[in-house]
Amino acid sequence: MLEVRNLSVEIHGKPILDGLDLTVRAGEVAAIMGPNGSGKSTLSYVIAGKPDYDVVSGEVLLDGENILELSPDERAAKGLFLAFQYPVEIPGVVTMTFLKATMNAQRRARGLKEMTTPDFIRAERAAADRLNIDQEMLRRPLNVGFSGGEKKRMEILQMALLQPRLAILDETDSGLDIDALRIVADGVNALRDKERAFLVITHYQRLLDHIKPDTVHVMSKGRIVKTGGPELALELELNGYRDYAADAA
Amino acid sequence: MAAVQETVDRVRSIDVGEYKYGFVSDIESDKAPKGLSEDIVRFISAKKGEPDWLLQWRLDAYRRWLTMDEPKWARVEHPPIDYQDLYYFSAPKSTPGPKSLDEVDPELLRTYAKLGIPLIEQEILAGVERPRVAVDAVFDSVSVATTFKAELAKAGVIFCSFSEAVHNHPELVRKYLGTVVPATDNFYATLNSAVFSDGSFVYVPPGVRCPMELSTYFRINEKNTGQFERTLIIADKGAYVSYLEGCTAPKRDENQLHAAVVELVALEDAEIKYSTVQNWYPGDSEGKGGIYNFVTKRGDCRGARSKISWTQVETGSAITWKYPSCILRGDKSRGEFYSIAISNGRQQVDSGTKMIHLGKDTTSRIISKGIAAGHSQNTYRGQVSAHRLATGARNFTNCDSLLIGQNCGAHTVPYIEAKNNSAVFEHEATTSKISEDQLFYCLQRGLSGEEATALIVNGFVRDVLQQLPMEFAVEAQKLIAISLEGSVG
Repeated sequence: MLEVRNLSVEIHGKPILDGLDLTVRAGEVAAIMGPNGSGKSTLSYVIAGKPDYDVVSGEVLLDGENILELSPDERAAKGLFLAFQYPVEIPGVVTMTFLKATMNAQRRARGLKEMTTPDFIRAERAAADRLNIDQEMLRRPLNVGFSGGEKKRMEILQMALLQPRLAILDETDSGLDIDALRIVADGVNALRDKERAFLVITHYQRLLDHIKPDTVHVMSKGRIVKTGGPELALELELNGYRDYAADAA
Repeated sequence: MAAVQETVDRVRSIDVGEYKYGFVSDIESDKAPKGLSEDIVRFISAKKGEPDWLLQWRLDAYRRWLTMDEPKWARVEHPPIDYQDLYYFSAPKSTPGPKSLDEVDPELLRTYAKLGIPLIEQEILAGVERPRVAVDAVFDSVSVATTFKAELAKAGVIFCSFSEAVHNHPELVRKYLGTVVPATDNFYATLNSAVFSDGSFVYVPPGVRCPMELSTYFRINEKNTGQFERTLIIADKGAYVSYLEGCTAPKRDENQLHAAVVELVALEDAEIKYSTVQNWYPGDSEGKGGIYNFVTKRGDCRGARSKISWTQVETGSAITWKYPSCILRGDKSRGEFYSIAISNGRQQVDSGTKMIHLGKDTTSRIISKGIAAGHSQNTYRGQVSAHRLATGARNFTNCDSLLIGQNCGAHTVPYIEAKNNSAVFEHEATTSKISEDQLFYCLQRGLSGEEATALIVNGFVRDVLQQLPMEFAVEAQKLIAISLEGSVG
């Protein structure tokens, strides 16, 4: 489903990704682990289309189509979702309004009819209940004054409503206590199916106790340096990133 | 070429010499030649069959106006206006409007379509010439209007055109006209006093809560009030009225200069809520042909515990020069000003308010949200002052500006003056830009750049939108999105 080929990326002339290759198949949950500064977040931003990054070479294929020339909203319409490490606050914009606007924008882009308000409320209630999100929270401005855990749950709620084909979770576990972590993981697991792929970016093994990956990639200095099964994550937990940092240095 | 400019040019090309008859004696004629003189003022007054006192009032204003200069302090620029090159009474019948919508600025039509305005109504707004029958068929609101009038009459509320009021309620007009905005007030208000065409008149008797929101919508369809509008609203003791002015549809007008005057009078314990949505034609993308909107709006909280609240959504006009103000004369009276001013393209906005605290324990609140995009300039200019005797006066001011893009400007010019030391004035101001992170976040969720900007801006102005009557707020929200189109690269 996702194929990243020889991707090199710079920001303000400084190289961040260096000939990165990565393949994620439909139905797969792939984890990317790596030390701070290895380029994990940059990879997620470049796939999602954040400006300010210069792609020096390479391709990002989604279902065989190079999406690097597409705007972020066009990529979203193709089923790409990024759960942000630091979800952005939008003052004055009621969360409910935002959710409905995004769902309908994607539906329009796919040539579908817009959702009616009752249909939207039904979908939103069901998804929010599963994530233990109070309706009152959805009447507040998006992410404004939300705790770290609330922000992350809100990201997963949006993912559940938008039903992406490829979801990238960027350090979704950071700042979560163990209960919140379980709720978030349950939300992700509920969406797992053979048509949908996940790219789970994390620094720590603990998220992967709850979201069992099929594949684990280790990233260092802007490229994937090792690929293996879930056991690789455990090994990292034991030995840390020392080997990889040294290897790349 | 923009339709407005086209028409303006066409109007200009008509030779005044065509006009063969002396206009002063020819009361039956519908036209006066270009230019302004005492005779023109007399002509206007005579056409309306006005009483002598009103004619004298107009003439005094005219003589005063001759001695005045245009105000120069606002942050707006425009070529000099030749006041002798304008028509002051109903443009000549030979002035052709566009023959069909094909001759109208396509940008304007696109906006109409987005607002969901029916085709035939679009033609009327764009000033396409049609047989009157068709117009009446579209605005089949006569029966509705009649029902409304009956209900208002039952409550004792007077709501009519200014001209009707001069004839039917001369004592009220004479008592209040010019008592809030004196005929000598400023260049444009004085000009208006001399040549005003028509407008609205409202009187709510003591203790009456006006049973409905009063809207100009019904009345304006009866008659085009033109460029020198004059409105007078009086809420007698303990009365309440909410008045809605304007229309979200961008209305084309062949008159480039608009100089309206609005006067509000609130007596003891009375409350007036005045809401405006202003969306006059802003000109084309080069700024050509838009309306100059030079308006004087002022409310007088004349009685104790009275309240006047202005809410405005300003998105149109090439130039906006407008400061809806409150004179807080009565003890414990309250003034409010809620404003959203959006400028895009080459628009220039210089708008704000004045809160003049004269009475004891008077309070005022100012919430202003300015949004500048494109190559526009957006200035908030406000004055808060407390008189020596206005002990315990309080004001809270919050001015936020939002910039979209690199080529626009937002400016805040507050004047604060307290002449007694018990006055408490608070002032907050912020200027921000829509952050790249906010935009990217919205785009990642599937919103287009324009949708995202509109959403963020709507969030920015939410406090003010909430002050608008419900149905107005929904329209205003749509309008904000449309006004900002093309502002995101």
